Amino acid sequence: MSIAVHQTNSGSAALDIERIKHDFPILDQTIHGKRLVYLDSAATSQKPRAVIDAIVRYYEHDNANIHRGVHTLSMRATEAHDTARQTVRRFLNAADTREIIFVRGATEAINLVAQSYGRTHVGSGDEILITAMEHHSNIVPWQILCEEKGAHLRVAPIDDRGELELDKFAELIGPRTKLVAVTQVSNALGTVTPLREMIELAHRKGVPVLVDGAQAVPHLAVDVQALDCDFYVFSGHKVYAPTGIGVLYGKRSLLEAMPPYQGGGDMISSVTFEKTTYNDLPYKFEAGTPDIAGAIALGAAIQYIGRLGIDKIAAHEHDLLAYATAKVGALPGVRLIGTARERAGVLSFVMEGVHPHDLGTILDREGIAIRTGHHCAQPVMERFGIPATARASFAVYNTRQDVDALVEGMRKAHEVFA
Amino acid sequence: MTSELGELYQEVILEHSKAPRNFRRPASANHEAEGYNPLCGDRCTVYIDMDGEKINEIGFQGAGCAISRASASMMTQMVKGKTKAEAAKLFEQFHNLVTGKDETAQAGDLGKMAVFGGVSKFPARVKCATLAWHTLQSALEDEKKQEPVSTEQ
Repeated sequence: MSIAVHQTNSGSAALDIERIKHDFPILDQTIHGKRLVYLDSAATSQKPRAVIDAIVRYYEHDNANIHRGVHTLSMRATEAHDTARQTVRRFLNAADTREIIFVRGATEAINLVAQSYGRTHVGSGDEILITAMEHHSNIVPWQILCEEKGAHLRVAPIDDRGELELDKFAELIGPRTKLVAVTQVSNALGTVTPLREMIELAHRKGVPVLVDGAQAVPHLAVDVQALDCDFYVFSGHKVYAPTGIGVLYGKRSLLEAMPPYQGGGDMISSVTFEKTTYNDLPYKFEAGTPDIAGAIALGAAIQYIGRLGIDKIAAHEHDLLAYATAKVGALPGVRLIGTARERAGVLSFVMEGVHPHDLGTILDREGIAIRTGHHCAQPVMERFGIPATARASFAVYNTRQDVDALVEGMRKAHEVFA
Repeated sequence: MTSELGELYQEVILEHSKAPRNFRRPASANHEAEGYNPLCGDRCTVYIDMDGEKINEIGFQGAGCAISRASASMMTQMVKGKTKAEAAKLFEQFHNLVTGKDETAQAGDLGKMAVFGGVSKFPARVKCATLAWHTLQSALEDEKKQEPVSTEQ
């Protein structure tokens, strides 16, 4: 297979990964006496010192509730929270800060769209189109909606490499299709989907598109205006920020027309027992005191990425993925699951005679953390006729040495079970 | 291998995982249940030919890791010919062994299955070791289970 090469700006120096590793305090430890090799960033990334410091600084100096008090701390907290929203807007290149809704994560963002946009636009006999490589979080919210409304979930197939069958996807967009919900990067296969074409195909038939960017934002530059997607969702914790914070981007016209998802404080402008007027965007969708520290830390994570340069990160990770694909793929009895021409961040595989669970346990004793199982993508496993895979996933702090350690660990596992 | 790994993957466990015994559906089976571990996708179906309270014949099929296959294989050998009550008692002892609750279980009725004592050092693998037993329990209770028994219930 070949991997698309992302070019860095010519003349710019490559990243100093050894230095970057020191930005992540957790990596400086041993597991069962071995250097920690963390290859599970697709599950959650580790956090740089800058992000940890932002959380500590907020709680030590600025903690207060936002949008309420006139006191200094409340104003500081509000300002920091607002700044984080602007940072996210720039990160996604959204047109307007009001289009950035803070949520708990990609899962909540998808549920928000399903419950708010979906319940008002999808009716009996209508269809929602997804792909065969979606994470459960981009399947189940639509199933719940379809169940409630008597609508149908349609699934665009993938081929043996794990690439979307674009022609079949196009055929499945019909007169009853009310929404297309697709991933940008598959968490189980690493496939980068042809998003621009998909969105164009959907828009040609007047169908809006939600993009699950949970696995994409850590690995490639995202521009929601260039993509022209209608909704874009991601989780902070996969992009060096803490758990519990995520983002829903939505086009302003769509968000404004949507009913609130949850009711409570902050999402209203006035409440009487007779009538409540909802607040403007983005607050209409942010009921209750939000994860203020989380949003601020997400801002810090995005700034950290900005300092390194997302293009340089992408180039480094592509190099690593190509190296790992060649090394792991050359081991006897290894079958790569997901060999799409364009992939990002993820290497999924099975090893003849060694179940992924056993491999995971043996690698853990070597200090190597990988994910084993169905990766919350059981339909993908079914597509490839396997119950589980082992998955190594990469972030900016990984090195070729890490890949070498993985390969060495796999050799040991092979010996145990040979 | 480190010593803990060596205790987990003992030779007899590796051997059973590669060549599981009673890996089939006995023609005379009148009880069966499907077991499923939603965390890893492992599946195991246990088939029993019950004669009153006695397990006359037993087999299993499915896909899983070395620990779950070996556990299922050795379990079928161990409970064949036992009564429902005896099998339930063995499950309890086995459960105590793999969760580290009973350090002396080796001396109990588990015999060869005492090799699974190493699992107690690997809490993430306890469910692999007990999947077949949960499924056995379910198969003993009902003639035909509609819903797979889950390790998460």
